[in-house]
Amino acid sequence: MIHTESLSRTFVTGRQSVEAVRGIDLDVGEGELVAFLGPNGAGKSTTLRMLTSLLRPSSGRAVVVGVDVAADPAGVRRRIGYIGQKDGAGHSYRVGDELVMQGRFFGLGRTEAARRAAALLGSLDLAGMEDRKVSSLSGGQRRRLDIALGLINEPPLLFLDEPSTGMDPQNRANLWEHILRLREQRGTTIVLTTHYLEEADTMAERVVVIDHGRIIADDTAENLKAGQAGDRVRLTVPAADAERATARLAPSGEVARRDRDGEVELAVRVAHGEQTLPRLVLALHADGVEVRGAAVHRPTLDDVFLSLTGRSLREGAPAGTVAERSAA
Amino acid sequence: MSTLVADTRAVWWRETLTIVRDPFSLVFSLLQPLVFLALFGPLLSGFAGGQDLGGVSPLQWFLPGVVVMITLFGTSMTGSNLQFEIMTGAFERILATPLHRSSLMVGRALKELTPLVVQGLIICAVAMPFGFRLHPLHVAVGLLLLGLFGVGVGALSYALAIAARRSEWIFWAVQQTLLFPLLILSGMMLPLETAPGWMQLASRFNPLTYLVEAERALFAGTFADPSVLWGLVAAAVTAVVGLTVGVRTITRSIF
Ligand SMILES: Nc1ncnc2c1ncn2[C@@H]1O[C@H](COP(=O)(O)OP(=O)(O)O)[C@@H](O)[C@H]1O
Ligand SMILES: [Mg+2]
Repeated sequence: MIHTESLSRTFVTGRQSVEAVRGIDLDVGEGELVAFLGPNGAGKSTTLRMLTSLLRPSSGRAVVVGVDVAADPAGVRRRIGYIGQKDGAGHSYRVGDELVMQGRFFGLGRTEAARRAAALLGSLDLAGMEDRKVSSLSGGQRRRLDIALGLINEPPLLFLDEPSTGMDPQNRANLWEHILRLREQRGTTIVLTTHYLEEADTMAERVVVIDHGRIIADDTAENLKAGQAGDRVRLTVPAADAERATARLAPSGEVARRDRDGEVELAVRVAHGEQTLPRLVLALHADGVEVRGAAVHRPTLDDVFLSLTGRSLREGAPAGTVAERSAA
Repeated sequence: MSTLVADTRAVWWRETLTIVRDPFSLVFSLLQPLVFLALFGPLLSGFAGGQDLGGVSPLQWFLPGVVVMITLFGTSMTGSNLQFEIMTGAFERILATPLHRSSLMVGRALKELTPLVVQGLIICAVAMPFGFRLHPLHVAVGLLLLGLFGVGVGALSYALAIAARRSEWIFWAVQQTLLFPLLILSGMMLPLETAPGWMQLASRFNPLTYLVEAERALFAGTFADPSVLWGLVAAAVTAVVGLTVGVRTITRSIF
């Protein structure tokens, strides 16, 4: 679906030049659900805009749905859906009109455009809103309308740039329900960007971590977390058993120790916490250690990002985007 | 080519839907030129002291100028709609469709001309009882000429809107700064015959001058005047330059 070779983009503004994207090599197969994860300014949108032919690459190339973006930009646009970071529907237009006209922009006939518009409004919980003015919709409704606009040409590949930024958790969950259902029904390949760790973690099957215009990791969230940081297994034992327990845990890795009122909390990083924990508990039991508490802490993608870059993704998360979207 | 026409039509219709869904905005825009005609026309007649202007009655002379003026006003301001759509993200969504880039310009400019046709006809109808003589065929050709010119001005307005997309006031500052000198130096409101030499010279470099003269000849019921041909050249040049600049600006800009 997507193949890129050293895709790069440099912005020149005045005397300054910003290397927004520096040599991205990426292959996305049919039916994949890929999330670009990275802090603000990492180059996610710029990459997406090159893949959608909205922005010319400074160097390198990209083939999207079998079409070279530089050679045939209109051909690319015909075959994809793109939902940008901002709202796509014109504020002074009616919902139904915007959707039908979007179909006409893709060369659909009047009746076919109207048929698809009606079907999309229905499936995105917007039925009956045809005559509403876009400016009167709520933030969540507007975002679902954006998705409808991106789907009118029934594209095999859909790009979404920060689809859920600024949404409350309920609307975000609702949006994801729609995206996942779409994928199930049509097998659409989906590429999206996000700076929400949890979103990339729980929704995407493949996470491409981008920082400073480069791909610094590319795998399933599970593998990224297992490979980069490992799970943290925490065991609580009586202080008297601490030495024996530490000896048992030590082969797995460095053991952290915290004392608290007669008990000791021991923690160690292991590759697959859920499988390791029962074995450890049984082994400790055989050693005569009384295990009073046990927990596995799965690492987050933030731990992954931290170990890759030495920075936390959370610092970059902008405050107040919720207010921005609802005010817009 | 056929997709270019279809694309342009689709863009035009999307824009026109704002009028279709809210026709009251059109009623308001109709009043404006009528007020202008009603207030400025008598002043001009008094100024001419009952004499003819350029061989025709002051009303016959002034009315084509008003029609050119509303074309210029409408099409030169249209970039501000685009600026709004760039800001909200709607334009980016439309850019991501396979529409021809020039159809984005032409379709939008044609939308500004749709009410113009209605406005032009109503102005003529209202002016007839006051001695305006209507030559329907000539007026139709005159409106076509204005359409060509308006597409060019509209495209330039979009180019300006895109170039100034990060600050709204720059758009208005440039538009207003250009609009009034162009208007006055075209002899649209007052005849330039009595103007100083440098103004007359400057007016010869103003494409609007040729357009106004062509419209006056057409509204007076003549095709044979050379000014009609010059008006056509001025309109065509404006359209070609406007579309070239506009399409280049769209394809080269980063939104
Ligand atoms: N039109 C532009 N002109 C100049 N610099 C830009 C432009 N668009 C993006 N950039 C810069 O490129 C970098 C990457 O931006 P972007 O792709 O929007 O990041 P992300 O989507 O990951 O937040 C940033 O440093 C940003 O300031
Ligand atoms: Mg972005």
